[in-house]
Amino acid sequence: MLAFAPSLLGFVRPDIDWHAVAPELTLLGVGAAVTLLDIILLERGRAYTSAMAGIGLLIALIPIVTLAAQGDTREMFGGAFVVDDFALILKAMFIVVAYVIVLLSTNYIAEGDYWENEYYGLLLSSVLGMVLMASARDLITIFVALELLSIPAYLLATWRKGDPRSNEAGLKYYLMGVFASAIMLYGMSLLFGLAGDTRLSEISAALSGSNAEPVAILGIIFVIVGFAFKVSGFPFHTWAPDTYEGAPTPITAFLAVASKAAGFVALMQLVHIGFGARHDVYQPLLWILAVGSMTAGNLMALRQNNIVRLMAYSGVSQAGFMLMPLAVAGDIGSEALSAVITYVLIYAAMNLGAFAVIIAVAHRTKSGDISSYAGLFRYAPAITICMSIFVFSLAGIPPLGGWFAKFAVFRAVVEADTGWGYSLAAIAAVNSVIALFYYAKIARMMWFEDTPEQADTTALRVPPSLVAALGLTGAATLLFGIYPAAITHFTDSALIALSY
Amino acid sequence: MAEFLNDWGLSLATFLPVIGATVMLLIPKTNEHVHKLIALATSMAVAVLGVLLLIQFIDNDNYGNLNFVVDKNWIDVIDSRYIMGVDGISLPLMLLTMLIVPLCIIYSWNHFPEPRNPKAFLMLLLILETGMIGTFAAQDLILFFVFFEVVLLPMYFMIGVWGGENRRYAAIKFFLFTLFGSALMLVSFLALYFLGDANTFDMRLLPEAAAGIAQSSQVWIFGGMFLGFGIKVPMFPFHTWLPDAHTEAPTVGSVILAAVLLKLGTYGFVRIAIPILPEAAAEWAPFIGLLAVIGIIYGALGCLAQRDLKRLVAFSSVAHMGFVMLGIATLTDFGINAAVFGMVAHGLITGMLFFLAGSIKERYHTLDMARLGGLLLQAPRMGWILGFCAMASLGLPGLAGFWGEFPAILASYNPAEILSEEIFRSYMVIAALGTVLAAGYLLWMFQKTAFGNPKDEFANDPNVKDATASEYLAWAPLLILILVLGVYPYLLFGASDPAVVNSLSECLESTSSEACFDAAGR
Repeated sequence: MLAFAPSLLGFVRPDIDWHAVAPELTLLGVGAAVTLLDIILLERGRAYTSAMAGIGLLIALIPIVTLAAQGDTREMFGGAFVVDDFALILKAMFIVVAYVIVLLSTNYIAEGDYWENEYYGLLLSSVLGMVLMASARDLITIFVALELLSIPAYLLATWRKGDPRSNEAGLKYYLMGVFASAIMLYGMSLLFGLAGDTRLSEISAALSGSNAEPVAILGIIFVIVGFAFKVSGFPFHTWAPDTYEGAPTPITAFLAVASKAAGFVALMQLVHIGFGARHDVYQPLLWILAVGSMTAGNLMALRQNNIVRLMAYSGVSQAGFMLMPLAVAGDIGSEALSAVITYVLIYAAMNLGAFAVIIAVAHRTKSGDISSYAGLFRYAPAITICMSIFVFSLAGIPPLGGWFAKFAVFRAVVEADTGWGYSLAAIAAVNSVIALFYYAKIARMMWFEDTPEQADTTALRVPPSLVAALGLTGAATLLFGIYPAAITHFTDSALIALSY
Repeated sequence: MAEFLNDWGLSLATFLPVIGATVMLLIPKTNEHVHKLIALATSMAVAVLGVLLLIQFIDNDNYGNLNFVVDKNWIDVIDSRYIMGVDGISLPLMLLTMLIVPLCIIYSWNHFPEPRNPKAFLMLLLILETGMIGTFAAQDLILFFVFFEVVLLPMYFMIGVWGGENRRYAAIKFFLFTLFGSALMLVSFLALYFLGDANTFDMRLLPEAAAGIAQSSQVWIFGGMFLGFGIKVPMFPFHTWLPDAHTEAPTVGSVILAAVLLKLGTYGFVRIAIPILPEAAAEWAPFIGLLAVIGIIYGALGCLAQRDLKRLVAFSSVAHMGFVMLGIATLTDFGINAAVFGMVAHGLITGMLFFLAGSIKERYHTLDMARLGGLLLQAPRMGWILGFCAMASLGLPGLAGFWGEFPAILASYNPAEILSEEIFRSYMVIAALGTVLAAGYLLWMFQKTAFGNPKDEFANDPNVKDATASEYLAWAPLLILILVLGVYPYLLFGASDPAVVNSLSECLESTSSEACFDAAGR
């Protein structure tokens, strides 16, 4: 006991680079302020919370821009928290995505008579976890970031308290999420036991020199499986359709885009730094996950009649595409990261756009059935064109953004020039055709079918915040497709080579 | 002027239609007349630009190489550039596109297919035009891929929204088939990039860069492209989307599909697959030739089994594209020139036949040949135009169709040195039989629809009248070109020949693929 005393007493606060943690602190501050607002103003504060959350998110972008302008890599806490270009581009993405989620939520939450202050407060704290995740280079930080982003999300999924399906959504998500965390923690403990350090760089060194095969392999498998839950990869996707269907739709969009992206951020860091030496273990595992996710996700999506469930399964399939470059990451290095980030960024734009349309249409039809989209072109042509852009972009049809996302992952696996890579490319090519079938089903409903007779076909009014969200995501989807340099400028492999 | 055309002409011609479509997007749907005028003005402007480009092209007098080359940064990270340019192979096809689109707009001026909505219809048509022109002009594989795919969506909507009874099935079938091919084609393009000596997508550099790829890989890469282009053509086992798409599509959609979209596939073979991978092409050629002649015979037999006029024309497309592919499979300059001619001729003639089918459908509300008849009595001018086009389609000397079929057959008597003469001469015999069948089904079709007396149900139908002014306007340029090219084919051969000769690798003149590899210095 006494031996610890000097070190305890002599505790020195590690140096904190305030500029580097400014985005996180801003989010924390805004989240706290939103909660305080509720306490001080009570009901009168409701009207301001969403605006405040949105503005707070935009303010959090400022330190990210200044950090990017300085361009140097900053490390803290012995390398556990790193701010480099990889982290900055992803932080910026999480914040912009969260901003769009706030736009999507504004009317949905205000009209639904839900608690607003808590909603935005929890949303911001979840975003804080994601932003933290982008900088995490150590097992503990990764785990803390993961829980910070997950726990508010469990609560948000149950936000429609009166609806049993929302309760089911939250409970399922919670149970599966905790289960995944437990598996992951077990894997992390094995890795820690092997390396004696929680930093990914040290784990990498320990893994390459280690003879303890079963421990290393089990550790890697458990950690990857844990994140496979988070990114809803097959066969760990079972929570996704029920949770997506039951949760409030803006939260579904949040889970489908931001939470999935956060899982990929962690996977990239783990695979590229932590397990870099053991690509013989993680590559086949990720190959199977990728093929399984894209194929199973597609086949199940074909049978869906509910648009949100369809998006859930399409998300499983898209996760398979995003996993592709990681399955050859050992062969092509940071090119794999570049491809994944490119995909994630474009996916964020087009998927959020699709959810914005879903929210706009559900406001009128009060239904999630794909058949409720019948004849949409007749009374809501602008929305129809937007939705067509998003679904065909998700299917990867040029000149819409999705084609470049698909192109980036195809490029990565072909570049590997291995049997694994080429077979993955061929399977993905077949899958992109299957995917088109269900995406086109939505377009067919909107364009080719007649409006049901009892339907209300007066022109569809879309609230301004949704228009803003649609404009933002639609413009991004088109821009990324026609001028992909707009995105490769940020995701160039030379830029995003991870620091550790 | 010359400088402007050289630097900007091609890009302007490509993107002008999209600009027109964007303007239309901003104008409310109810101003139908304004939409028609904008669409027509845009497509006419593109056509005028096309004529100017043609004059400048002749003036540059450099048919064999790329003219109007633009080479700008596009996506640096993947070394893909915005490279545009046309030579004697692509220019005729591009001009064909620029001609067909305004004719389609004129044709549909007063009768838009249900559910009307001229705004959306014409916007899609203009976007389609950008995709088609861009495909013929792109000289970078990724740029080509993007334009190649841009045509999918407008066509999908055109079939699905304005099509016939079974339009939903036809639209998605068309889309899925083409997408399947192009996904594998993209993988092939990427393999070319990474395996070639220079990491580039530039079509001008790739023939040299790809020469270093191992033969087995080359054959695989060619296979991917074969699927991509072969489905689009469409070649025999992949042709099933075509009759459905053609039958269900609105008239204008069928015309564009036949006149231009099918050419994207054959053009891909001539422009990309064969120049870049000549050795692999030589390995594949006997197989391609076989599928081509199967297509010729199968298409002809398919025609003989049809009751529906439009479906018959669709199957005749399969047969005609078989001739084009046979010409390409010979890997000789003679055969490929025939193929380029065949593409243009098929575009003009089959485009015309679909126009006619559309007009007949409009008058009789059916295309069932058992119910048609007596067109020459009821609408004599239209009847004779149908006869003229049937003659052109069966390859009557003096009309354009002849110069696509006959040289292709002739070329397969004497294929490239590297290919087996026996095999191709047997193909020649089968293809020649195909021309007899073609005469059979076309004359049978003409007889059924135009000869005899009108059936009772239509005998006194006031709806059945002769061709209208907008129809004459839309058809005249095509009919004149069919005749002019038939009488003076050198107009086209003269332009395409230097480019075709340039595109063929010398190694195709060696006697075996080993010798071919030796000639390449490996």
